[in-house]
Amino acid sequence: MSHSTTTTGRRSVFSRPTAETGFSSWITTTDHKKIGIMYFFTVLVFFFLGGVESGVIRAQLAQAEQSLVTPEIYNQAFTMHGITMVFLVVMPLSAAFFNYLIPLQIGARDVAFPRLNAFSYWMYLFGGIFLYSSFLLGGAPNGSWVGYAPLSIDSVSNMAFYAVGIQLLGVSSLAAAVNFIVTILNMRAPGMTFMRMPMFIWMSLVTNFLLLFALPIIAVALFMLQFDTVFGAQFFNPATGGDPILWQHLFWLFGHPEVYIMILPAMGIVSEILPVFSRKPLFGYAAVAFAGAAIGFIGFGVWAHHMFTSSIGPVARSAFALSTMFIAVPTGIKIFNWVFTMWGGKLRFTTPMLFSIGFVSMFTIGGLSGVTHSIVPHNAQQHDTYYVVAHFHYVLFGGALFGLIAGIYYWFPKVTGRLMSERLGKAHFWTWLLGFNLTFGPMHMSGLLGQPRRTAVLPGELGGTVELYNLLSSLGLLVLVVSALIFLYNLVVSIKSGVASGPDPWDARTLEWLSASPPKHYNFDVIPTISHRDEFWHRKYAEDEAGRPVAVPAGASEEHGDGHDDRGEHIHMPDPSYWPLVMCLGFFPLAYGLIGPIWPAIIVGVVWIIIGYFGWIIEPVAEGDDDDPVVEDPDAHRSGVAAH
Amino acid sequence: MAAGVHETTLGLDHRKLAMWVFLGSEFLFFGAFVSAYVLYLDATAGGPGIEIFDIPFTSISSFVLLMSSLTMVLAHNAHVRRDMRRMRMWILATAGQGAVFLGGQVFEFTVFYREGLNLTQSPFASGFFVLTGFHGLHVFVGILLLLSLYSLSLTGKVKPNQDLKTEMIGLYWHFVDIIWVVIFTVVYLIPELAMVD
Ligand code: HEM
Ligand SMILES: [Cu+2]
Repeated sequence: MSHSTTTTGRRSVFSRPTAETGFSSWITTTDHKKIGIMYFFTVLVFFFLGGVESGVIRAQLAQAEQSLVTPEIYNQAFTMHGITMVFLVVMPLSAAFFNYLIPLQIGARDVAFPRLNAFSYWMYLFGGIFLYSSFLLGGAPNGSWVGYAPLSIDSVSNMAFYAVGIQLLGVSSLAAAVNFIVTILNMRAPGMTFMRMPMFIWMSLVTNFLLLFALPIIAVALFMLQFDTVFGAQFFNPATGGDPILWQHLFWLFGHPEVYIMILPAMGIVSEILPVFSRKPLFGYAAVAFAGAAIGFIGFGVWAHHMFTSSIGPVARSAFALSTMFIAVPTGIKIFNWVFTMWGGKLRFTTPMLFSIGFVSMFTIGGLSGVTHSIVPHNAQQHDTYYVVAHFHYVLFGGALFGLIAGIYYWFPKVTGRLMSERLGKAHFWTWLLGFNLTFGPMHMSGLLGQPRRTAVLPGELGGTVELYNLLSSLGLLVLVVSALIFLYNLVVSIKSGVASGPDPWDARTLEWLSASPPKHYNFDVIPTISHRDEFWHRKYAEDEAGRPVAVPAGASEEHGDGHDDRGEHIHMPDPSYWPLVMCLGFFPLAYGLIGPIWPAIIVGVVWIIIGYFGWIIEPVAEGDDDDPVVEDPDAHRSGVAAH
Repeated sequence: MAAGVHETTLGLDHRKLAMWVFLGSEFLFFGAFVSAYVLYLDATAGGPGIEIFDIPFTSISSFVLLMSSLTMVLAHNAHVRRDMRRMRMWILATAGQGAVFLGGQVFEFTVFYREGLNLTQSPFASGFFVLTGFHGLHVFVGILLLLSLYSLSLTGKVKPNQDLKTEMIGLYWHFVDIIWVVIFTVVYLIPELAMVD
């Protein structure tokens, strides 16, 4: 980007990189759109790895009494599978959407702290690499993604990698959460009140608040685990009076909100897509928004339903059973609102729409089997069986992942300027739906028949029906693999030679479709002024007496602009920077040092991070004389931001 | 500063809002540690427990830390008045008091260690050291921030009109102080009082 006088002429290590294309432009970028794209492609790689691990599990369980892999490898496979899918796939895929869409949907030019945003991405990438490096360094964690003590403080469980790796990912998410919360609260286009925000923005806001309050709790738990495993602390050692139940409380106090952290962004996405392809506004906007917020609140009050079978006492048990059934209420409200949005609409069954409908139906199934958990005696029966595995995959895969995939198809034209193939998209959807149900549907049954989860060998005495169900599950995974290949092929072909889409291929409602496809570096020539919910729609359509939409003559929408038509001339965007990457690299020696403990590595890491931090704050900004990470708004009436 | 106010949706500077949001998260961080500590009050595994605390000593170092909030306010005031010389003086005073507090903590830890209380002794000991240790780490980070503010203002990198920077570090510093008040009360005072009756 253009440089102001303060940065030109300076030739020190602190001068900012300028590459706009090529490899170095990516590793130094502070552009929220590029960072979103980087998240997306990194997620694909980790999804592949998590898929391979599920393949190991399903191959092993395809027949009874098999031993393709040792129990040791099996445990590593399901542990890393769970960690990968939760922390390296679903959460960062949501982050990809936050990054790409939040500024565009609220009419901003970037996030509040662009360099911090790059920092979040690198922490995510390095956290993932760090976790996977455990395979080469003595074996991956094998104590399950819930890391229950005292198993997890046992040195053979390799959970030190888990304790440090998740911590790195937590730093990434926490930085991102602060960034997105400030962005949403503070950078909305003029006129965009809370009740005019797109629903995806609402759900992003709630999600990031959940992260903000849930992450410190898992951080504390992980620090305790870390101190126990590496430094000999006694938090979870029953021999000296430590209480493993403390781990469970802390883990689920984080873990249950975590489920909503995974599902709410998908709910936001679906709430954007269903109205567009039903040609109706979202039914009960306020109810959907507040239900989202309510889910956020109640989500913190139900954690102990994961602990009914541990010794928490009958009163606590009943209380948590009640609160758990309670949370089904706002969830139910949402489902009804989605259904009523479609009701009587002019439906268009495009691929994003199909995945959204898939989301609503699969998530409903997962939600219903979840309600059965909250009944304590049921829970005792289902606990740690495949019934639970079926339940949470219907929620996380049938729910979160279906919703996120719907979002990929929906916003692909915005990102690339091209459409994805509908024919391949539909093939992807139907095989995905089939493969998914074939894989996880039978698990309900085999679970009720007593198949235990996290058990390396399927016991033959459970009987031939259970064996049949498991064979079906494993075949289902093959269908999913074929389906994923179709998706990948579609992605590659459409990026290269998809049909040009124009800025608004779906006749959509929200602000991001106002910008070009792909959007310019600075998103909008003119920051739009907002006077409606679904602003973009209202710029295109007025309503006649009967309430039917009538097209507004082209050009009329200009009146909604705020008149500052600079056409990009005075727009200064944040310059790229090396420092987020440099600072993150310091976390490698620190993280490996903490596993040892290897003190020299820890010290190198800390010093490195501190130096990186100073480089960061000393680095000149693109504009003004303030080392201010805030995006400078070009509009004349805003240019004073940097001058305090 | 004034120019920055009405540019954002909420009328708050991004950085200030970010600091508030972040401190909200920190609050839960310490909350979880404090709860674990309380849970393990009696889990001393036969080793020393709370009777080992030297309340008068810790009260003094706590008092020093509290006073540092005052000098922090004075530093911010001076910065708002663009009196950089005074601002730097008060910043140093704040950092100095923080250092005194940390020194006290290190001394206290070594005494405890000699009396048989160490990280691996018992869940109680682990809870105590990790909780107060993380608080000490926060004070340490605060001192680093103060010293970098000090040196950057000497080199002209922090300018007289950038009092927001001092205000931000102040927010963090006050937060760390407030958390200490909570920790001191819950960890040192309340169990002590409970022991008396
Ligand atoms: C690609 C298709 C997938 C297959 C075939 C699959 C299969 C499995 C199986 C069989 C288990 C059982 C491990 C056990 O308890 O013994 C499991 C565990 C798990 N899966 Fe998946 N899964 C898939 C996708 C996903 C997705 C998309 C998520 C989303 C977050 C996910 C999250 C988890 C979690 C959290 C566990 C628990 C791991 C543990 O117990 O530590 N899986 N998966
Ligand atoms: Cu739960």
